[in-house]
Amino acid sequence: MSKEEVLVVGGGVVGAAIAFGAARAGAPVVLLDEGDIAHRASRGNFGLVWMQSKGSGFPRYARWCRDAVDFWPRLAQELQELAGVDVHLQQPGGFWIGFSDAEMQARAAMLEELKDIGPGIPYEMLDRAELKRRLPAIGPTVAGGSFCPLDGHVNPLKLLHALHAALKALGVRVHAGVEVARVSRRQDGGYAAESRDGRSWHAPRLVLAAGLGNKTLAAQVGLHAPVEPNRGQVLITERLEPFLHHPTNKARQTNEGTVQLGYSIEDVGFDDGTTVSAIEWIARRALATFPVLSEARLVRAWGALRVMTPDGSPIYQESPACPGAYVATSHSGVSLAGTHAYVLGPWMAGLAPAPDDIEAFAGDRYLDPGRSFSHAH
Amino acid sequence: MHIESVSRRPALFAAQARADASIVTLRFEDQPIRVPAGISVAAALLLHAAAPFRTTPVGAAPRAPYCMMGVCFECLVEIDGRPNRQACLTPVRDGMVIRRQHGASSLPLSRQEEEHGR
Repeated sequence: MSKEEVLVVGGGVVGAAIAFGAARAGAPVVLLDEGDIAHRASRGNFGLVWMQSKGSGFPRYARWCRDAVDFWPRLAQELQELAGVDVHLQQPGGFWIGFSDAEMQARAAMLEELKDIGPGIPYEMLDRAELKRRLPAIGPTVAGGSFCPLDGHVNPLKLLHALHAALKALGVRVHAGVEVARVSRRQDGGYAAESRDGRSWHAPRLVLAAGLGNKTLAAQVGLHAPVEPNRGQVLITERLEPFLHHPTNKARQTNEGTVQLGYSIEDVGFDDGTTVSAIEWIARRALATFPVLSEARLVRAWGALRVMTPDGSPIYQESPACPGAYVATSHSGVSLAGTHAYVLGPWMAGLAPAPDDIEAFAGDRYLDPGRSFSHAH
Repeated sequence: MHIESVSRRPALFAAQARADASIVTLRFEDQPIRVPAGISVAAALLLHAAAPFRTTPVGAAPRAPYCMMGVCFECLVEIDGRPNRQACLTPVRDGMVIRRQHGASSLPLSRQEEEHGR
């Protein structure tokens, strides 16, 4: 296949991972990045590399997540070698923690469904006693939990930094401070991207990885990407001696000692601020999970906007009307960084055939009047 | 007021002479130190050339106060048994027991694990 230039719009973890995979496969890549004024979910997220709970009702997505988890050690190693950045990947298995029997039953049913998908998603449901044996810090109101040995976590800030450093090492031309306002197909069949301040770039191939910006841009090249913002607030503690050796869905201790506490799920438009009520709720839930945290001091709280699709699963698609133009959007840009780099990158650069059954991720699925969606995030 | 140093280096700072200044006594790393009432723990320790106040959790690098206004968290010390207190925001009190903060603080759970040799 010939190597055509690829224009990637969006320099968060999704766009940077795709650009990395395309450049690594040999494609010339230009990346347009809005920069630090962007909403940038990549900088605000919780840092989980998470398999359990993803892909319920969507077997292709479950397999995609499974592949992503398997790619992670290789991605971390390549980023270390190319960029000289340790992204702090740890994959010791992760715990989901439940507070009621009803929650536990719903969890068991959901995981049972995932167990039979493709390569199989290993998991265990744990009663309170067994969970307490493995996570001694849990509090008295915890009902139990589930464990998936594939789960892990990473430092998302180091990941974003490492990807950008690797792009530089691979010769990708990154233009920062570019807010792309419009994309279009040119007479020669290639694509143009114009910035709000009147600059323009063009290339034979176009990848839209602009997060919440994809909604508007995708429509301009015949793609449907109905993403909406969904706010998550998180808290972080002072650095503490290690006490929590596995990531959980309520809290994770980074390898530098801070404990990140999550998280709210709020539909509040483009407001990425913090609220006292959410901070209080997160802190109370963290204390119920691990009472010993009452001794810890919080140092920061922040809000960030998830890039949420109607069903919470990603959209990956080549435009039927504009071949060579692609959209990629996911609120799991950290977990899925490996599949974005090693599978989407070469495909969208035209250097590899389409991944099997990639049509399952087409944004057109939301246009089917016979289907309804919910993102039970 | 003459204030003796708790390290071998001379103190970089001196207290302004005030006729009405009362004196409180703190313990820093098991040594009694006498300081003017009403100042912060960070100021008191600087008068005694007590730096470094702490070592960092990740690289074990020595640190001393930087901003003196509650922002930088470089002045963390253990005060009356409680770890990671911001010395610049804590007023001195007679009898206060202060220690350097070595690395990260541990929660009671991990302290308990250490005691049980786990």
